[in-house]
Amino acid sequence: MSLFAHQVRADQLIFWRGRESAVFVFLFPVLLFLLLSTVYSGEFEGRPLTDYLVPSLITYGVANTTFGGLAIMLVIRREAGVLKRIRATPLPAATFLGATLCSTLLVFSLQAVAIMLLGRLLYDWHFPAEWPSLLLGFALGALCFAGMGFGAAALIRSAEGASAVVNVLVLPMAFLSGGFGPTRDFPQFLQTIADLLPLTYLVEIVQAAVYDGEPIWEEPVAVLVLLAWGVAGSLIAWRRFGWEPRER
Amino acid sequence: MAAVDVRGLRKSYGGQEAVRGITFALAEGEVFCLLGPNGAGKTTTIEILEGYRTRDAGDVSVLGLDPQRRDRALRERIGVVLQHSESWANVTVTETLRIFAGYYRRPRDVDEVVALVGLDAKRDARVKTLSGGQKRRLDLALALVGDPDLIFLDEPTTGFDPQARRNAWELVRGLRALGKTILLTTHYLDEAQQLADRVAVLRDGVIVSEGTPSELMASSRTEIRYRENGAVKVIATDEPTRLLHELTSRAVAEGRELEELEVRRSSLEDVYLDLLDDTPE
Repeated sequence: MSLFAHQVRADQLIFWRGRESAVFVFLFPVLLFLLLSTVYSGEFEGRPLTDYLVPSLITYGVANTTFGGLAIMLVIRREAGVLKRIRATPLPAATFLGATLCSTLLVFSLQAVAIMLLGRLLYDWHFPAEWPSLLLGFALGALCFAGMGFGAAALIRSAEGASAVVNVLVLPMAFLSGGFGPTRDFPQFLQTIADLLPLTYLVEIVQAAVYDGEPIWEEPVAVLVLLAWGVAGSLIAWRRFGWEPRER
Repeated sequence: MAAVDVRGLRKSYGGQEAVRGITFALAEGEVFCLLGPNGAGKTTTIEILEGYRTRDAGDVSVLGLDPQRRDRALRERIGVVLQHSESWANVTVTETLRIFAGYYRRPRDVDEVVALVGLDAKRDARVKTLSGGQKRRLDLALALVGDPDLIFLDEPTTGFDPQARRNAWELVRGLRALGKTILLTTHYLDEAQQLADRVAVLRDGVIVSEGTPSELMASSRTEIRYRENGAVKVIATDEPTRLLHELTSRAVAEGRELEELEVRRSSLEDVYLDLLDDTPE
């Protein structure tokens, strides 16, 4: 078994064993989907609301899992000295970081599948006609938000601060960007704030695929904004990422 | 060839010189101890050898390689026990060891390592349920699982109770018997005395004394104590015979007693404290 596969397996074992991470990172978006689907009903733009909620809650999953979960995990491991310890072993840094990314994307994929399956079983959700763009959008979003996750991990100083910082960013962002429901009737100033947030553009790509049947390349601005955020996060990580505890 | 060779090593942090030109070498199979108080430069030195820090000046060779180049080949052959580091709380002892064993080309058998550090009874326990001493054993096991030739132990027993320290010492002696080269740092003098073939005493980034524990003892002086007019007098001397003769002749001539007269060799501890106190800058 290759070293990369070995490390992905190790990361999976560690992730699912940690009940807090499994519940918060994996289960929370799934539970929110069930909750919102139960309280809201009716239609949006002439389609059942489930058509809105399934992809939107998956975009929340992107932010929660590939950005938040990744950043928190890296900071906790760094502050506990795990990264420093691994640094003294022959495991190459690129293999370690690549496996971290791969393992996170795996958790997100399972989460997306869980939300889609529940949507199908409980609310008769179906893939839209433009389903390849929907999946491409999720993949692009997951990669870009993971880049931001690495960047955030490089900036956050303490393990205690990590989940606070991440939640303060992720939950309001998901709300304003339309991850929890349509934002058409939001006041203008909130929509202006939303235009600054990367998740808004991922939701836009996804909604364009569902409601307008528009493929992802018809949304070049949204794609570019997302990519810019992802690249910026990765650059910060490249410059600032550390393997040793900051606070001690 | 020396397992570790350090010449004229220097390192500053923001203008503050932590290590100020130190030179020492470890032969293969030797247990070498850097002894000194907190802030003497022990951890800086060991972390340069482990490849965590770059040096400002000097030559460093670890198993024939330069650690700051961070060659994977070097990391295959060293084992590192850090002062503070945890592993994953919810994974078991053997699972943790298997994960780390996978990083090395020729790891030791995990069950063998578990037995070596005496964690058999806890092999399937999750790491978070281990006691402090058991976690430290796991640290050691993780450093051993790659079957290293050279092991770095940074203050391996700080915060241990006396029994746990004794157990840790037994483990280090066991490693020595396996032919491993060991570099350890400590601020406990008895630890250096118990474990090390050679000791370098570090103070303010400089080695102030180096030798076997008995060589360090050889520089120890004799103390003569007695009570005069109610006050205890202590005289340290390299010529106890002559000094004692003078003192006693005078006392006999004056017809008085040297109360509570005591002659003793100062301990290694006194030598150590002397080294830390008196060495001029």
